[in-house]
Amino acid sequence: MDHGATTRPDPEVVNAMLPFYDEFFGNASSLHSIGQEAAQALASSRKTVADLLGAEAGEIIFTSGGTESDNLALKGIAYLKKNKGKHIITSVIEHPAILNTCKYLGDMGYRITYVPVDDQGLVDPADVEDAVTDDTILISVMHANNEIGTIQPIEEISAIAHKHGVLVHTDAVQSVGKMPVNVDDLGVDMLSISAHKIYGPKGVGALYVRKGTRLQGLSQGGSHEMGKRAGTENIPGIVGMAKAVELARHRLDGDIKYLDNLRDTMIRKILDLIPESYLNGHPTKRLCNNVHVRFSYVEGESLLMMLDMKGVAVSTGSACSSKSLEPSHVLAALGIVPEEIHGNLRITLGHENTMDEVDYVVENLVDIVKKLRAMSPIAPKI
Amino acid sequence: MYSEKVLDHFSNPRNVGEIEDADGVGEVGNPACGDMMTIYIKVDDGKLTNIKFKTFGCGAAIATSSMITEMAMGMTIEEALEITRDSVADALDGLPPVKLHCSNLAADGLHAAIEDYLKKKETGN
Repeated sequence: MDHGATTRPDPEVVNAMLPFYDEFFGNASSLHSIGQEAAQALASSRKTVADLLGAEAGEIIFTSGGTESDNLALKGIAYLKKNKGKHIITSVIEHPAILNTCKYLGDMGYRITYVPVDDQGLVDPADVEDAVTDDTILISVMHANNEIGTIQPIEEISAIAHKHGVLVHTDAVQSVGKMPVNVDDLGVDMLSISAHKIYGPKGVGALYVRKGTRLQGLSQGGSHEMGKRAGTENIPGIVGMAKAVELARHRLDGDIKYLDNLRDTMIRKILDLIPESYLNGHPTKRLCNNVHVRFSYVEGESLLMMLDMKGVAVSTGSACSSKSLEPSHVLAALGIVPEEIHGNLRITLGHENTMDEVDYVVENLVDIVKKLRAMSPIAPKI
Repeated sequence: MYSEKVLDHFSNPRNVGEIEDADGVGEVGNPACGDMMTIYIKVDDGKLTNIKFKTFGCGAAIATSSMITEMAMGMTIEEALEITRDSVADALDGLPPVKLHCSNLAADGLHAAIEDYLKKKETGN
């Protein structure tokens, strides 16, 4: 139940990829027929990914994943427009792929504004507008948060950006496959996606770049990917991503309905059965597969380990579970008090999960929280 | 990430609880930091006859707490004061490097409980 981290590639995805490891091994840049088979697969994959997003094939750049897409979007614009302006607006709850790229650009002399979020994780578009200056070149706000699943008002942020002649990027790595993502509806100029979050392979993703938006490539080399991403294309990965996208598109409506029900049932049962448990994030503007809760008096890594011993894989933004020993920047941004920030769990569902599994997790969670509280010196005595 | 011994002490912690009439109580850590431990000792004739703990924290925090109660049970106060953070970690077949400092509070907790006992003895309370 950690689908926000990654997903098991669909067997159809794996089967689609396999021939491109041996039989069709060509380089899409070669003019002979072996190369042209790869070129054709690349072209049709590009079209499939574009179709999902309501984009044109020529607007899709394949990358190595969400992180590279985010880097390419931010640095690609920042480098190209450095003489026009050096101000970028983002939010405090972005994925590290955005936050650390912004930090890097900050060190390079760019000015970064981090807009806050409210206690449910929502960015206020008015804060974004207030932050815009003559110097602003780009606004990047994530579509849905990877920890708490809060969905941001990207349409409104895009409208504000364009009113001021500023480009907009959104990191849609978590939202694609879990809600409709259409670049025209969102009004964005750039959008990042990743294959392994939607039952596709790891190591492949894409950046949508609206026609007419210029971008400086980050590595020098051949003229692959419309000159924006040099390097021989990862054809097996790209073919796998296209298959995953095709399946996601086909399953989207059913998945949303199914996961909404699992999510709501799980949240309701946890909050009903476990005293002093709280939902993190927004109650309704929330990814269909995201359950993020916290429990007073217990610590997240202990919760995670005990669930793991019961065969349930989840994640936590507890400080103790992170390599940096810092609690999640997202939970801190919500204003959760330090004493409570550690006892959180993220449960991210997938379409292979069942209602029986939801019940199994809740039953075990009730016992585990009870056991840990009995051991906790800060829990009130029962 | 964790050794078998850590997982064993984490999932079946020994000596969890409180001692109502403890001779010494040690409290270390801070819930805001994610780790806090309270340790209770009974002392008879200079020896630790009973030790209990309560811990809020990660797997390492709970396992080290459990481990030290087993290690120190029956020891003299002098022997128990010799137990270090490293010796607790070693008894658990090691801890991940990142856990060696923050979550390895047990030795500090035990020492604090012994100091509390010695202070009470000195003042006659």
